[in-house]
Amino acid sequence: MRKEVIVIMKAIRILLRNIRDGFKSVGRNLSLSIASISCITITLLIVGIAIVVSYNVENMTKLVKEDFTIVSFVNTSATDEEIQDLKKTIESYKNVESVEHQTKTEIANEMKDTSDSLSKIIDSWSEDSNPLYDTLLVKVRDTEKISKTAEQISDLDLIDEVQYGQGMVENLLSIFKVLEKAMIVAMIALVFVTLFLITNTIKITIFSRKREIEIMRLVGASNFSIKQPFVIEGFCLGFLGSLIPIAVTLYGYSALYKHFNGQLFSPFIKLVPAEPFIYFVSLILLGLGVVVGMFGSYRAVRKYLKI
Amino acid sequence: MEFIKFRNVEKTYKNGVNAVYNLNLDIKKGEFVFVTGASGSGKSTLIKMLYREEKPTHGEIYVGGINVAKVKNSKVYKLRRKIGIVFQDFKLLPKLTVYENVAFALEIYGLPTQEVKRKVLKALDLVGLKSRTKSYPDQLSGGEQQRVAIARAIVNSPKLLICDEPTGNLDPDTSLEVMKVIEKINDLGTTVVMVTHDKEMVNKMKKRVILLDNGKLIKDYEKGSYSNHESN
Repeated sequence: MRKEVIVIMKAIRILLRNIRDGFKSVGRNLSLSIASISCITITLLIVGIAIVVSYNVENMTKLVKEDFTIVSFVNTSATDEEIQDLKKTIESYKNVESVEHQTKTEIANEMKDTSDSLSKIIDSWSEDSNPLYDTLLVKVRDTEKISKTAEQISDLDLIDEVQYGQGMVENLLSIFKVLEKAMIVAMIALVFVTLFLITNTIKITIFSRKREIEIMRLVGASNFSIKQPFVIEGFCLGFLGSLIPIAVTLYGYSALYKHFNGQLFSPFIKLVPAEPFIYFVSLILLGLGVVVGMFGSYRAVRKYLKI
Repeated sequence: MEFIKFRNVEKTYKNGVNAVYNLNLDIKKGEFVFVTGASGSGKSTLIKMLYREEKPTHGEIYVGGINVAKVKNSKVYKLRRKIGIVFQDFKLLPKLTVYENVAFALEIYGLPTQEVKRKVLKALDLVGLKSRTKSYPDQLSGGEQQRVAIARAIVNSPKLLICDEPTGNLDPDTSLEVMKVIEKINDLGTTVVMVTHDKEMVNKMKKRVILLDNGKLIKDYEKGSYSNHESN
């Protein structure tokens, strides 16, 4: 056999043995493994809930922002052509995403659907006596700048008035801003807490096996081959620890979504649809558990390899 | 030919304690050497430097041509693979069987399973424990545990066997049984360096004796006995 082949065979054998040992030692140190796994489980549960909540809040603010519209009332003297020109002008503004023209007849028809008494009154109007205004419904790109854009539109000659929920919109926006910042801070803090908690529990698990590492070194195991089974063990712990949080996410959130019919308290607050959201969260939890487990083991073992 | 060389070796611990002063020592291939001395005489430090658990502050130590003092932390394992070490407290892994404890020292090289099995059984046969492969360390007597540790130390056919008070925890009869095993290994060509307190043992064995006192080598007898130095 060639030398390279022998080296590769050796490496594969060592890897396979380390995988075997990594799995074995989860069972051999069962009580400590259970302690580590439950710690990971609890932390990941909290992380999972935090992801679900923050993602929903973000989704809600996004939906609300998407609803922001500048309603621009066009002067009754404007001809159809002038309205089309007006629409083009507004569309050319940087912050404008879309402009929709609603004729007064369309608005009248819409209003007719809302109640019978209103319908009777509106029916008495002729085409010319319709007192309603043609409107342009403007959606903006950046909601922060909605008041500026509204001002720009109201300055146009043929626009009589603009409405976008002045006052209310600004309040909502500032609340959203605070909310988003708080979410980011909370998520970062949580990630650090997770890292810290999981690495520490695993450290304690490995601390109790200082002797094992010492003996491995004494019989001539290289640092790399000492680390390997521990890292694999960390992988197992992280994987097992993420199972319950993933199950809770998959079944819990789906059940929650069904129970509330996809909306919380009012149609205004919509929940993120369960699929594929739950798979995405599960993947994050699995990844977090496994990576942090491996990282924690690696760090902990490294500490005992320095002599 | 000298297998182990100590040249002007000095060791001062970080807390200022001087463990070894200006030590010069040669050990030949295949020799059996006792290192003796009172507690704190530096004998443990001496052998710890041999397997690079401690680094000398000054001087050079050669083991089979390798300058031990210069071995990097990440390369220590290469040195350890050439050395077998036996301790007073056995240092067996309690959750592994006798077989696994010994095989452990071979598996880290990535040897094929068949070869591991063959070598482990050979080593266990040499220490007379071939029938106890499936036992766990706590099911064995102290002497048997130490023999397992010896099997682990020699399974890789090292050139050097270092023993740190291997009989310190054993009664005289068991000690003798362990010593016989070590002597047998020495007869097969392995150099043995053994730290011990056990006067009777040293007297019986009639091997080279190195006596340390306060970190200095004060006596080196070709075929000495402990009692000789005691009377000094």
